[in-house]
Amino acid sequence: MSQWVEACAVDDVEEEDLIRFDHDGRTFAIYRSPDDAFYATDGLCTHEHVHLADGLVMDHIIECPKHNGRFDYRTGEAKGAPVCVNLRTYPVKVEDGRVLIDLS
Amino acid sequence: MAAAKRDYSLVGPNARRAVETGLASAEWYHTDVPRKEMKALMKRSDGPAIRDTVLWLGSMIVLAGVAVYLFPSAWSVPFFLAYGVLYGSAADSRWHECGHGTAFKTRWMNDAVYQIASFMMMRNPVTWRWSHARHHTDTVIVGRDPEIAVMRPPDLARLALNFFGIIDVWHAAVDLARNASGRLSPEEATFIPEQEQPKAIRIARIWVAIYAATGLAATATGSILPFLLIGGPRLYGAWHHVMTGLLQHGGLADDVTDHRLNSRTVYMNPISRFIYWNMNYHVEHHMFPMVPYHALPQLHELIKHDLPAPNRSILDGYREMVPAFLRQLRYEDYYVVRALPATAKPYRAEFHEVEPDLAPAQ
Repeated sequence: MSQWVEACAVDDVEEEDLIRFDHDGRTFAIYRSPDDAFYATDGLCTHEHVHLADGLVMDHIIECPKHNGRFDYRTGEAKGAPVCVNLRTYPVKVEDGRVLIDLS
Repeated sequence: MAAAKRDYSLVGPNARRAVETGLASAEWYHTDVPRKEMKALMKRSDGPAIRDTVLWLGSMIVLAGVAVYLFPSAWSVPFFLAYGVLYGSAADSRWHECGHGTAFKTRWMNDAVYQIASFMMMRNPVTWRWSHARHHTDTVIVGRDPEIAVMRPPDLARLALNFFGIIDVWHAAVDLARNASGRLSPEEATFIPEQEQPKAIRIARIWVAIYAATGLAATATGSILPFLLIGGPRLYGAWHHVMTGLLQHGGLADDVTDHRLNSRTVYMNPISRFIYWNMNYHVEHHMFPMVPYHALPQLHELIKHDLPAPNRSILDGYREMVPAFLRQLRYEDYYVVRALPATAKPYRAEFHEVEPDLAPAQ
């Protein structure tokens, strides 16, 4: 069963960037791609306890700020050392200028 | 006062203590930088690194060509020495920056230069990628950081030998032989994930083949020339990267979570900065490892109000560091505390409890 949660406004995230979103004791990352699509993943790198929100978005890649581990934030795929474990992703939709993610 | 004995093993009591006390994988101090400015600094480009790589490898080819042409005349020596520094020292910073993946925007360029530089530095590119990740997670945390260059009390003879790469090359040869035989050390196994371990072994075997071919060439020609070009420069050209590398953390605090306390920024001349790829901005690099080497001077300008004043030169850095080493021979717990400017956020007291009689004048 879907559990849509409002994460932020569309304008809160710049193109080719991300923000951190905390909810119910969990932390997520909300991305806006260069082609203006929104995505969501877990907020912490799978390598170590580091918030991805301080990292760098390049096209569809998020690079962790601590060790430069890279993920494709659309699929969560880990793109090589030092990250080996994929990032969990969440469905996203935009309604009335708000970004919602499905935490079910 | 009895000095506390440190155990630098990654599987020893200090390692366990670091985990128990929360020093391992801790939250570190960062200077506040607005997201927009940090994004601009982190932005990748290929231009500076392509320029520098063409200059680096192009110079090596020219210098090696002249050196070989003049060999065995004594006139070849300065050309070999210059070639050696580009091989045995400049490769260190290329290994480092490309390992971070920040030097180039294009991934394959980072990877290609990383492989070349790793070979020159005799650092298994798999092993050392993971060891350097740990170095950034747990910078100078005893028992956690596998890249502590100067352990306490300092082994000065070892440091002196390493200016000629002797200790490093010996360890590299032992590691290479072990990895090529299909084995990893227990310490390597602590930071290299299982799925990455076969890669480390495969690369070690390729390198053994290259060195064997170099040896065959030397035997066939009855000349040491092949080893002056391959492998040898890791010895006779190492001095510059050791000279600059010791300044990174030497004589400063350990077991703290503030890079301002355990890392050193040093202003350097342009040639050293080219060889070192701006890693003289070392506090800045550790605080924000996503910032490429070519943007570190801008980052320094942006955050220097929150950092200790840099050392004014390499010599100035050694004037601070060497007396600290000498004092650590008798007082293992001694370290240099670098003064913060009035504009900086203070060090956190819990990590900054200096014995009054051990604290240096500032």
